[in-house]
Amino acid sequence: MTPNLLRFLWLVPVLPLGGAAVNGLFGRHSSKKAITVVALGFSGLAFVLALTFALNFSAASAPYSMDLAHWLRSGDFRVDFSFYLDQLSLVMMLVVTGVGFLIHIYSVGYMWEDDGYYRFMAYLNLFMFFMLTLVLAKNYLMMFIGWEGVGLASYLLIGFWFVKDSAASAGKKAFIVNRIGDFGFLIALFLMIKHFGTLDFPALFAKIQAIGPEIAGAGTLTAIGLLLMVGAAGKSAQLPLYVWLPDAMEGPTPVSALIHAATMVTAGVYMVARSHMIFERAPSAMTVVAIVGTLTALFAATIGIAQTDIKKVLAYSTVSQLGYMFMACGVGAFSAGIFHLMTHAFFKGLLFLAAGSVIHGIGGEQDMRKMGGLRSYMPWTFLTMGIATLAIAGIPPLAGFWSKDEILWRAFGASWVYWSIGVVTAFITSFYMFRLMYMTFGGEYRGTVPRDAHGHDSHSGDGHGHGEPHESPVVMLGPLAILAILSVLGGFIGYGGRFEHFLAPVFQAGQATQEAAGEVANKSVEYALLGVSVVVALLGWVVAHLFYSGRSEMPARIARALGGLYEGVVHKYYVDELYAALFVKPLIDGSTEVLWHGVDQGVIDATVNKAADGARHVSDEARHMQSGNLRSYAGWVAAGGALVIAYMIWTGVR
Amino acid sequence: MVPLSYYLVLGGILFVCGVLGFLIKRNIITIFMSIELMLNGVNLTFVAFAAQWHMLGSANALSGQIFVFFVMVVAAAEAAVGLAIIIAVYRTRETLNVDQVNLLKL
Repeated sequence: MTPNLLRFLWLVPVLPLGGAAVNGLFGRHSSKKAITVVALGFSGLAFVLALTFALNFSAASAPYSMDLAHWLRSGDFRVDFSFYLDQLSLVMMLVVTGVGFLIHIYSVGYMWEDDGYYRFMAYLNLFMFFMLTLVLAKNYLMMFIGWEGVGLASYLLIGFWFVKDSAASAGKKAFIVNRIGDFGFLIALFLMIKHFGTLDFPALFAKIQAIGPEIAGAGTLTAIGLLLMVGAAGKSAQLPLYVWLPDAMEGPTPVSALIHAATMVTAGVYMVARSHMIFERAPSAMTVVAIVGTLTALFAATIGIAQTDIKKVLAYSTVSQLGYMFMACGVGAFSAGIFHLMTHAFFKGLLFLAAGSVIHGIGGEQDMRKMGGLRSYMPWTFLTMGIATLAIAGIPPLAGFWSKDEILWRAFGASWVYWSIGVVTAFITSFYMFRLMYMTFGGEYRGTVPRDAHGHDSHSGDGHGHGEPHESPVVMLGPLAILAILSVLGGFIGYGGRFEHFLAPVFQAGQATQEAAGEVANKSVEYALLGVSVVVALLGWVVAHLFYSGRSEMPARIARALGGLYEGVVHKYYVDELYAALFVKPLIDGSTEVLWHGVDQGVIDATVNKAADGARHVSDEARHMQSGNLRSYAGWVAAGGALVIAYMIWTGVR
Repeated sequence: MVPLSYYLVLGGILFVCGVLGFLIKRNIITIFMSIELMLNGVNLTFVAFAAQWHMLGSANALSGQIFVFFVMVVAAAEAAVGLAIIIAVYRTRETLNVDQVNLLKL
């Protein structure tokens, strides 16, 4: 890459910011065509620029870095606005701009009728800016800007239909839960500043590289690693902070696809992978990452079984797949995690967009019990969503198969426990995804066919009623088709370890402890495991077919047989209720009783009010002196004069 | 020879009579006369002190008397203007009671 080209690296994030600024400031009064041109133009330009960087990327001279401006200068500690491009951020940049651009196109069709069209496009562009800042940052503080920024964009877009109460509170929930994670991230940054005096990736990692791994367990690096994981768990919806992501489905579907499936929620995985130098030297933190990821994968997948809202199923599926990625990072297979991140962006983005197409086509209905038989109404959506389902289920040779298998294989190298839970999760994943397909596209249409006009999702008054389910316009199907192709072919990028090899300069630089665990086992074991995961995926399909393809009584009977367990799953293990009882209610009660009624009303307000009351009483008395009666004034003057004279006489006598 | 204190006590009594009249009476002309009484109480004090200085052979024995002339001139002017105001008030309000001349009060 020539230095001339590298100078334009900062344009990749800033271009979408320009789009956001133009649409945000002038969008209200410009035509939808103009808004579309601006939004697509700026994000498309960013994608083209990112492609240019990818084409001119040479592993020999990477990593590249580019300083834009000074920011903080405080003694020896300095933080600059600088960007960093290595193999890892290149992959992330391509995923974000590529998938992001496709979803921009899709949004044109999906959101065209909405009154807040310009606002939506501006927010999407703003999100792209922050996400690209996050992945291209050269230091943790820049990354933190992006990290907070995507949280802001996520908040704005979840609460996009803010007149709906549930959307507004879902936005708040996402923001507040993320705050908890960000707190951990921030403390980790402080620890880095205190112990290493820098936040720049190259300088920081060079210092850390000199330190040996903390075998004994506790130490600075372990603390930093665990705190970083707290941040990642918040942003990437891992146990125990995953609760915001299912609620985030209140946002428009393109948002769910872009932010809450493909890009933003993977920021935590990216951050852990970026900090691999820290985690490799903190084995206990690594173990925590692996355990959290594994448990989340299983936990969220089981909830996904019993959900009836099509987007909620996908949301729990996303949480579960993110769990896989953390499992990969936790066992030291960072490139496998990033690989799954990429393929997941393709097929989960596709799943969400297809679900959006379904929702769009039947007039805003999200309940799968009211769908069914949509295959004949919307063949293209069916086809693309089917491909994505095959991909996420791990049917070869689609994208999900390659990446998930890579993770399971590496997990097996670390411990058979991770692997077995991963396989069980893979079975459940396959089951609930095919359940979704059968409930949505199989059988007969169970929805009502209302005559009156109504809106998509919840934005009302878009003018055209839904007599019958209909296929979505080309502008929405185009991105579906492209993502479907990527979901089919994306996995081959990793064929024969090419992807891992590509990322190797990032992850193997100064690797101290973890020698690739997989190398120990032999090829036949690998193929056996591969066979197991394929069989498991097919098994999930078969079970879903038996249960949901016809009018089977099986699901209801099994649900009855399981009783309490089934109830628990339907109610998402009562985690929301638990959190409400454990944290939210005490907080609200404490704030109401102690802080509001006690401190605010009892002390602060009371002080001010009592002071004012006292002043009023005193002046009320004093006011009577000022009667407007001249003679009483004269009386006061005389009395005052008499007093002065008396005083003078008294002093004179003395 | 009448001692100085006699004059001073008489002046004080005159002044206090003026003050009391000013405070108690409502008729504006009586109030006016009370003011004159106060002025004359003070004038008496002035001339008494001036006579005392004169007896002691002081050089500035005249200043007390000059003060009195000033007070008398001002009092005459004040009486002229005040009586004119009183006539004007009586013509518009048809009363000499000060408590009823309260248009500017809230």
